[in-house]
Amino acid sequence: MTDLDVRLPVTDARPSAAKAFRAILWRDIFVTGKEFWVFLAQVALQPLFMLFVFAKVLNAGGYVSDDYAHLLLPGIVALTAFLTALQTVSFPLIMEFSFTREIEDRLLAPLPTYLVALEKLLLAVIRALASAVVMFPIGALVLGSAPWHADGVPLLIASLVLGSWVGAGIGLVLGTMVPPSKISVIFAVILTPLMFTGATQYPWQSLDSMRWFQVVTALNPLTYLSEAVRAAVVPEVPHIPAWVCLLVLVGSGVAFTGIGIKGFMRRAVS
Amino acid sequence: MTPAVEVRDLVKRYPKRDVNAVDGLSFSVQPGEIFGLLGPNGAGKSTTIGVLTTRVKATSGEASVAGVDVIRDSVAARKLFAVVPQQTNLDRSLTPRQNLAFHAAYHGLSRADRNAKAAALLDEFGLADQADVKVDWYSGGMAQRLMIARAMMHEPKVLFLDEPTTGLDPQSRLFMWERVRDLRSRGVTVVLTTHDMDEAAEMADRVGIVDHGKLLALDTPEGLTRGLAGHAVLEVSVTPGDGDDPDKLIAALTDVVGVERGEAVAGGPIRLYLTTDPATVLAPVIAVLSGRSAALTNVHMGAASLEDVFIELTGRGLR
Ligand SMILES: Nc1ncnc2c1ncn2[C@@H]1O[C@H](COP(=O)(O)OP(=O)(O)OP(=O)(O)O)[C@@H](O)[C@H]1O
Ligand SMILES: [Mg+2]
Repeated sequence: MTDLDVRLPVTDARPSAAKAFRAILWRDIFVTGKEFWVFLAQVALQPLFMLFVFAKVLNAGGYVSDDYAHLLLPGIVALTAFLTALQTVSFPLIMEFSFTREIEDRLLAPLPTYLVALEKLLLAVIRALASAVVMFPIGALVLGSAPWHADGVPLLIASLVLGSWVGAGIGLVLGTMVPPSKISVIFAVILTPLMFTGATQYPWQSLDSMRWFQVVTALNPLTYLSEAVRAAVVPEVPHIPAWVCLLVLVGSGVAFTGIGIKGFMRRAVS
Repeated sequence: MTPAVEVRDLVKRYPKRDVNAVDGLSFSVQPGEIFGLLGPNGAGKSTTIGVLTTRVKATSGEASVAGVDVIRDSVAARKLFAVVPQQTNLDRSLTPRQNLAFHAAYHGLSRADRNAKAAALLDEFGLADQADVKVDWYSGGMAQRLMIARAMMHEPKVLFLDEPTTGLDPQSRLFMWERVRDLRSRGVTVVLTTHDMDEAAEMADRVGIVDHGKLLALDTPEGLTRGLAGHAVLEVSVTPGDGDDPDKLIAALTDVVGVERGEAVAGGPIRLYLTTDPATVLAPVIAVLSGRSAALTNVHMGAASLEDVFIELTGRGLR
């Protein structure tokens, strides 16, 4: 052994929190990768069927017009991203905090506890964006064509990122509040209304003649994601101004993240 | 020397509960010690471990691990300890080997380090053959071993084991004890909880008996059994000589220096409760017996067991 061969302590002198954060994120991406096809089926199947039935089958029967397909696809992409983010956080979290206790090893990593929650949100956004990227071409394949508007790409990306973040935030709130015995209740009383009041299958301004429903949809953050994605992809369809959408998304993202992290801390440290 | 673990006036009351789960607990553990927390169900053992491992928020009081305040500086403390909880919390989306490797990654070890370490620990804990199967396939004993191996991945100074041998078969239990002693010889301080008296007596250098969140006694296992039950016990089976009767015999035996009290369990041996070491009393007792021409058929020396102490301190009530 030479004088230079000094053994440094393993843990000191390194930014442990950043390293731990990256390792935890890597764990989740690694696990997602292992089950990539399951993940794809999970996120893409339901929206695909919706797209197929509403835009293709009903069109063949003459019930909806050709234009409707181009209006529906952006909405379906928004829905996919939103739900993927929400489910990426909520369901695993409910299980990890109760039956499996899997999250404990990560809660004991050398990083502040709230960062473990933020990692979940980041993972959810990554997965949601991946699912949105997958949905566009598959949707185009189903429909035979897809709307495209190059100028709208920055808005498209911004709204998908923000919208997934909001979905993840709602997932965090649900994941830390709902006991495992109520998991099926989430589906019935929260997810379903969320899916159908989110202006994904219809533009918000088309509801002018149904005032009460328009008000209800205005309360759903998904509405603003759907409107923003349509503003980016099919700007000719009347929509809520993009800046309003982005502002509401940022606002609800902050709110749900705040409530979610509070719930997370309560579950992580008793 | 900084204590490996220090707990002072620790109080924990869970929300919506009207009693304290931990109620003014104080103790400290020296580096290199194996310290046992012994107590009945619901005594507050896991809660104490929870506070020390930053998973339970203390209501008041102080707690530190290796000199780091776990309440104020929980992130720094997490590098210094590891914990094997009462219930399995292995990552079921990962293989056993990946469980170890990812744990090390969370703690900032390099890839080469974590792979080498994982291989070495899997080997040491007898899991090398089943390192790449599903964690779900593991038996309780294997999962327990894997959790200890995982805990050792980041070289903690203090290892907390919450009921490490509950539900293990005798082989696994012996293996576990061996590994724990091994850890101590490498300089790791071990704090374990148990309600198994034999285990506490066998493993721990010192034992703290807790109930209702309070420390009732704290000493070496020998100290506890000697001091608290007050008595070592000498059991002699005798056939009294002709014309002698057991009561007179007991009276004579009680006169021996060091014998406090004697009683005969109906038809059974005579139990002598001692104030000193049984070995020093044995010769005089035999002298008395042969003086009265009683035939000695069997002798049993024993300390009052830790179980006697435990029951004496915590009562017989179920909780
Ligand atoms: N999360 C919690 N919320 C409310 N009360 C709790 C919680 N965890 C534990 N308790 C209560 O605190 C007390 C101490 O529990 P603890 O788990 O620390 O006991 P223990 O000594 O580990 O018991 P055991 O040997 O059964 O594991 C018990 O009365 C228990 O009901
Ligand atoms: Mg316990």
